Amino acid sequence: MIALLMRDLRLAVRAGGGFGLGLAFFLIVVTLVPFGVGPEGKILARIAPGILWVGALLACLLSLDRIFALDYEDGSLDLLVTAPVPLEGVVSIKALAHWITTGLPLVVAAPVFGILLHLPQGAHVWMVISLLLGTPALSVLGTFGAALTVGLKRGGLLLSLLVLPFYVPTLIFGAELVRRGAEGMNTETPLLMLAGITAATVALVPFASAAAIRVNLR
Amino acid sequence: MSIWEYANPVKFMKTTDKILPWTVGIAAITLIVGLVWGYFFVPAAENFGGSVKVIYVHVPAAMMAINIWVMMVVTSLIWLIRRHHVSALAAKAAAPIGAVMTLIALITGAVWGQPMWGTWWEWDPRLTSFLILFLFYLGYIALWAAVENPDTAADLTGVLSLVGGVFAVLSRYAANFWNQGLHQGATLSMDSEQHIADVYWFPLLLCLAGFIFFFLALVLIRTRTEVRARRLGAIQQRERMA
Repeated sequence: MIALLMRDLRLAVRAGGGFGLGLAFFLIVVTLVPFGVGPEGKILARIAPGILWVGALLACLLSLDRIFALDYEDGSLDLLVTAPVPLEGVVSIKALAHWITTGLPLVVAAPVFGILLHLPQGAHVWMVISLLLGTPALSVLGTFGAALTVGLKRGGLLLSLLVLPFYVPTLIFGAELVRRGAEGMNTETPLLMLAGITAATVALVPFASAAAIRVNLR
Repeated sequence: MSIWEYANPVKFMKTTDKILPWTVGIAAITLIVGLVWGYFFVPAAENFGGSVKVIYVHVPAAMMAINIWVMMVVTSLIWLIRRHHVSALAAKAAAPIGAVMTLIALITGAVWGQPMWGTWWEWDPRLTSFLILFLFYLGYIALWAAVENPDTAADLTGVLSLVGGVFAVLSRYAANFWNQGLHQGATLSMDSEQHIADVYWFPLLLCLAGFIFFFLALVLIRTRTEVRARRLGAIQQRERMA
């Protein structure tokens, strides 16, 4: 499994595109918003938590169709299915690799982008915490969408439609956590809810993804 | 004799052939009586005005929008566990109806909300969760359309409906947490102290029943169409092979 993780990471870094693309997209979103909304600091500060979360979510969405599609095309997904490792494990590792290549850079970059959007001082730490907690759920749910659409020729757009509603609870609690953190309110509830959603998705969704892959490769 | 016999398409077609006219008839009668009663013979409510009459479409549509997804989850489970084709086809047939019901609930809600709240759309938990439900329906329908092999499509959409059901509920509560909105609480629950007056309640009851039978009739017709389309596909494939 570790070998698989290393392979996926190496592929993402070397094959170009995957790694850093999400980050660049995130930067684009953050750059575009002030042009759209206006450069006024106060407004930006108010909408910054939401914008950062939506940007992270879209950046995550952008790279989802690469999770299984390439392996499906060159046949290595069939090998992974027949490998001695349970498919649920393979899916989890794939999700982890996706998270390391797209989610983790977002977490690291979020404070910098937060400055660009005038995110209040106290909220930076909450931004990082919320993304750290929430983005794994995005990756895992993304593998489910990718698993559903793996055999399809033009699955990318469909994938977005399928996955987006699944992202709603994570987005709500993630942005809420930062907003409350920014205003110095009690952050316990959204924090626990976000952690709960992530824990539940990480524990359960790989089974659904594995089932979908088995169906698609039948 | 067990209920699973109806999973046999031939048996299903035969039985529904007999049931269908009755369902259509009951749906027509209850809907016509309920709507006419509701729209023409019920006094306009104080401080609500005539616009309250939208409930005779809005409430049943909203109820069906949720329950159709539940029905899809159940039929998908039956398909995933016992592999009865009719069950999967019924789920497929129900999805567009559910999407339309959600849309009706959203639109009538907007029409109602405009005079009541002074706005067409508000990011209120119920409205938002219905919008998300609508997205779920769209995704479900799109996945059915995108996968060519019918069995594969049935499996994938089945899994999607299960996970989607969980997330639809989760979104509902997340949205609730996210924003306390304008929408009134449930006034129709059986145990609640506060109950709408009987004058409004009886025609509404008829409309609810009417929508249920209307849905049953539609889903039976659509499922029968799906069964026939499947047979046609099988015949065409056989001819191509020959």
